Amino acid sequence: MSLDIENLRCIRAGRTVFCELNATVQSGQALILAGPNGAGKSTLIRILAGLLRADEGDAVFSGVSLRNDRIEFQSQLLYTGHLDAVKPSFTVAETLKFWARVYGADFAEVPKAIAALGLERLADHYVRTLSAGQRRRLGLSKLALIDRPLWLLDEPTVSLDADSSGRVAALARERCESGGIVVAATHIDLAIPAARTLDPSSFLPSAEEGVMSDDERVLSGESW
Amino acid sequence: MIQVFWTVMRRDLALALRTGGGGALGIAFFVISAVLVPFGVGPKPDLLGVIAPGMLWIAALLACMLTLDRLFQADVEDGSMDLLTLSPLPLEMTVLAKCLAHWLTTGFPLLIAAPLMAITMNMPGAAYSAMIASLALGTPALSMVGAIGAALTSGMRRGGVLTAVLVLPLYVPTLILGALAGNAAAAGLDPVPYLMLTGAITIACVPLCPLVAAAAIRLALR
Repeated sequence: MSLDIENLRCIRAGRTVFCELNATVQSGQALILAGPNGAGKSTLIRILAGLLRADEGDAVFSGVSLRNDRIEFQSQLLYTGHLDAVKPSFTVAETLKFWARVYGADFAEVPKAIAALGLERLADHYVRTLSAGQRRRLGLSKLALIDRPLWLLDEPTVSLDADSSGRVAALARERCESGGIVVAATHIDLAIPAARTLDPSSFLPSAEEGVMSDDERVLSGESW
Repeated sequence: MIQVFWTVMRRDLALALRTGGGGALGIAFFVISAVLVPFGVGPKPDLLGVIAPGMLWIAALLACMLTLDRLFQADVEDGSMDLLTLSPLPLEMTVLAKCLAHWLTTGFPLLIAAPLMAITMNMPGAAYSAMIASLALGTPALSMVGAIGAALTSGMRRGGVLTAVLVLPLYVPTLILGALAGNAAAAGLDPVPYLMLTGAITIACVPLCPLVAAAAIRLALR
């Protein structure tokens, strides 16, 4: 099982975000997306989730092509974005039960998911009474609820305290240890041993060779 | 898949009922706009009786449209739509479930309020059953056609008025046929052909509108 990102090119509003982006992530590995704001981290994650379409290239996860078989590809991934996808008028438990039903997860996992990010005391609280960090934790507790091999996490630890960030990092580590793949845009250290770092903005026609780290695939010579 | 369909529908129902602004507001709007007609036309019972079916249908269109703009927009704004799109339930089915919930909270209550409003407009007694039947058959199409407009504007901050401009012209066939059913019955004619045509629009909407609305949502998420 591996995730192969093949020759991705993305142009948004006339600007090339990245091009000829290649990367391979093996089972048990993590791909950490770094880089300054606007580097294309969220764009790359949304492309991998199939929410955005790449202008060129493909991603293949355990033999399934995103371009040719989007539905099958999407059935293997779990995406969490900037937004928490929670409704103020639902309780914490109701929110997770809804997503459990929609994603075909076992109801028995709901208490475990609530506990995974330390929301036990808030299970019956309405989301509108939660703080930003608590909502974030509720949004992320889907990670412990829905069992998917490929995780796509966009800034998962924003507005989280150190303890909760640690819990998220532990979940990501567990996913890798059980043979999954984690792709995360994050500035904190998830402490995953087999993690590689990639800056999408270094995959530009005008990029200088010097700014690319050894981890990144070198651009093919012709394009620049 | 069918359980997930009902789950999404129940969630939207719960959201509409808990946050208010859904069902109750639609009925209130329907009642107020229907009550305004006698004030505007004046105390002319015969004239009111003649225009009643058409006026009730126009009030129903506006009431239905009022709640459309939040049909997808709220889910797009808080990120729920991303996850619904990635879920195993096809987006078209999610759209259909949301349309059904929308109809249950806006179109269906109008069936109960419509006879009361018909009294205030002195609608002929013979038209009541045809009027309610035409609303029952036609209002689901309003929710589904409306979903297309709501989906097209779901990525916009202030899409409400644009939704109305997009959707209202598409409501014209339903409006004509629905009001004709009421008018025919009031004139002592057979309303069934008009009712069947109204129902035909709704039946055509079931497979077509979710397809179009789902495609529009995918665009809005980019």
